[in-house]
Amino acid sequence: MSNYRAHVLVCCGTGCTSSNSHIIMENFSKFVAEKGLEKEIDVVKTGCFGLCAEGPIVVIYPEGTMYYRCTPEDVEEIVNEHLVKGRKVERLLKTGNPDSNPTDFYSKQMRIALRNCGRINPDKIEEYIAHDGYQALCKIFSTKRDPAEIISEIKESGLRGRGGGGFPTGMKWDFAAKVQNDTKYVCCNADEGDPGAFMDRSILEGDPHTIIEAMTIAGYCIGAHQGYVYVRAEYPIAVERLSAAIDQAREHGFIGQNIFNSGFDFDLDIRLGAGAFVCGEETALMRSIEGKRGNPTPRPPFPAVKGLFGKPTILNNVETYANIPVILNKGAKWFASVGTEKSKGTKVFALGGKVNNVGLLEIPMGTTVREIVFDIGGGIPDGKKFKAVQTGGPSGGCIPASLLDTAIDYDNLVAVGSMMGSGGMIVMDEDTCMVDIAKFFLEFTVDESCGKCAPCRIGTKRMYEILTRITDGTGTLDDLQALEDVAVSLKNGSLCALGQTAANPILSTMKHFRDEYVEHVVDKKCRCGVCKDLLQYSIIKDSCIGCGMCSKVCPADAITRTDYIAPGKKLAAFEIDPSKCVKCGACMETCKFKAIVKK
Amino acid sequence: MSIIKLTPEEQATKLEAVLSKYKGQGQKALMSTLQQAQEIYGYLPLPVQRKVADALDVSVANVYGVISFYSFFSLKPKGEYAFNVCLGTACYVKGSQALLDKIEESLGIKSGDVTEDTKFSISSCRCVGACGLAPVLLVNDDVYGRLTPDEIPAIIAKYKEEANV
Repeated sequence: MSNYRAHVLVCCGTGCTSSNSHIIMENFSKFVAEKGLEKEIDVVKTGCFGLCAEGPIVVIYPEGTMYYRCTPEDVEEIVNEHLVKGRKVERLLKTGNPDSNPTDFYSKQMRIALRNCGRINPDKIEEYIAHDGYQALCKIFSTKRDPAEIISEIKESGLRGRGGGGFPTGMKWDFAAKVQNDTKYVCCNADEGDPGAFMDRSILEGDPHTIIEAMTIAGYCIGAHQGYVYVRAEYPIAVERLSAAIDQAREHGFIGQNIFNSGFDFDLDIRLGAGAFVCGEETALMRSIEGKRGNPTPRPPFPAVKGLFGKPTILNNVETYANIPVILNKGAKWFASVGTEKSKGTKVFALGGKVNNVGLLEIPMGTTVREIVFDIGGGIPDGKKFKAVQTGGPSGGCIPASLLDTAIDYDNLVAVGSMMGSGGMIVMDEDTCMVDIAKFFLEFTVDESCGKCAPCRIGTKRMYEILTRITDGTGTLDDLQALEDVAVSLKNGSLCALGQTAANPILSTMKHFRDEYVEHVVDKKCRCGVCKDLLQYSIIKDSCIGCGMCSKVCPADAITRTDYIAPGKKLAAFEIDPSKCVKCGACMETCKFKAIVKK
Repeated sequence: MSIIKLTPEEQATKLEAVLSKYKGQGQKALMSTLQQAQEIYGYLPLPVQRKVADALDVSVANVYGVISFYSFFSLKPKGEYAFNVCLGTACYVKGSQALLDKIEESLGIKSGDVTEDTKFSISSCRCVGACGLAPVLLVNDDVYGRLTPDEIPAIIAKYKEEANV
């Protein structure tokens, strides 16, 4: 093996690839070769570094220099200056957003599940092995460890499901292990449906082997010989890297027949999802792997007893699996020393929305929301005021400014009316209308409700209709009560978690931002200017020069001339008849004198 | 970049190859078969559904049931240039609804529809995962990030020129 004097790491996660990082990668190889340095400098494709807002990111080791927002055209300069002459390219050291601070972004994080993301080449099994990969699996077979003992170590670590529910992982494995059956299955939920969340995708793209190793261990523990990874079809890069990784693992004998000469067989297959949010629910996901409509089924029987193809099955989320090899390598005690009393370890979040450092981060449980938004996230752009942060996606809720010091763990988030969810975290500023956001999530659940049970199918639709009324100005105070009533029925009567939690975005916004709801129904006003039907266009008569352009472009003939001539103007001013106005905004776009306002 | 169009004969040959791979495997192979069939045709018209049903030995109703359940499967063809606006939460908060409105206005069709000449179609999706670039628009495989509605006309003009419309 040759030694390189420098390594150039290029982020090839989905975010950076969308900004042409694959071309940056090609250019590095090209220019390094042109300089005849290919034996001294290694160009490495890696997974996500986390600071997606400043991508594409290139890191050069041994110095650890991080270059932000690189373009394919910048590569030649980086090669000539940095790699040949040893001078850093100063202009690329600064982030594109002056308010973002990468040092703060990383200093409060702790990376367990993301340990290899942005550090290794996901396409090379050797790099995973070099970072303790497959060590946990190998040790199990070389010491002939008893499956029950491994399960009790997982239990002891306190690891809980990272997909949202937070069920103790060790207990889940224990149930399945105790059921007698010749055929059992291990499944991985990589159907990351929560919009604005990309944790699982980043792990699959940046460190696919960790999932393979963990699923094989799970198979050994419960006595399964076949595993399925259910991935969203919308994640082509993740699917490609995972299938390449499965092939490599098979070639190396880490999965397949007689693993490590132990006599244990285990193999893995990928199943592609097809865009149904409900398939994140475990019973629905299994129906989908069976090739059927993804309708959930009542529990019990739980999947541990009767799951995929009617056989005992365990299903864990990608991030949950990513923790398993570390727990076994470092010990349950070490893992349990991180986090809070009832939530151990770390949690990965995809931070997005109105925040400076958009990206992927992993924090120890117990970190406060404030630390995430203001220290790691670098605060709100453009000097705007923080309003709320939304966690848990369409099943979660909003955390207002007064609760910023909430320490993040499963139980605390539920107590404030939200939930951990899979890890989407969207920051909202003063311009975000909370009623509109509730409506946005309801539109999503109406679309995604599978329609099998009436409370969810009808309830979500009725709540969406009420929210539509409130945002178009025809809502009443009774509607607010109706919303709460339907929400309770939905929670108690729905078959699966999709329906049971669908009202959360409404209930939490109504609890923390009730004044905004009341404003919409009583004053017919949207303070953020988001709900179009509540806006009124008007002409400031003293600024109007009477040119008549607005009247010409108005499609509804709602603008007419008045008798009033403003001081210093020659022609009479115009006015808008609100009863005729269709609120298209054409007049405001046309007026060069800023005489038309929207309030 | 536009989708490479296959002739009907090429499509039929490719579909045959897929069907023979999964022949007789029943329900459990249905999703994979449909995904590959859609890759060939761009959508799943009734004749294709019938062929899939015959090959896998399941009912056409069952095939249609699965297609209509999953949003990834389409019963309508897409345009040569498919505009896809991300309406994930991160993009929505940053104003992707305004992008979608502007595209609908500029192309004169609604989301979910195709222009009469089948050159353009509009759809929306739930998170492409490029949240760092929000709000995001995809045109086939081209990604446009950090967009404002003002930039839409220039993008559309570019593809119109490419498509010679």
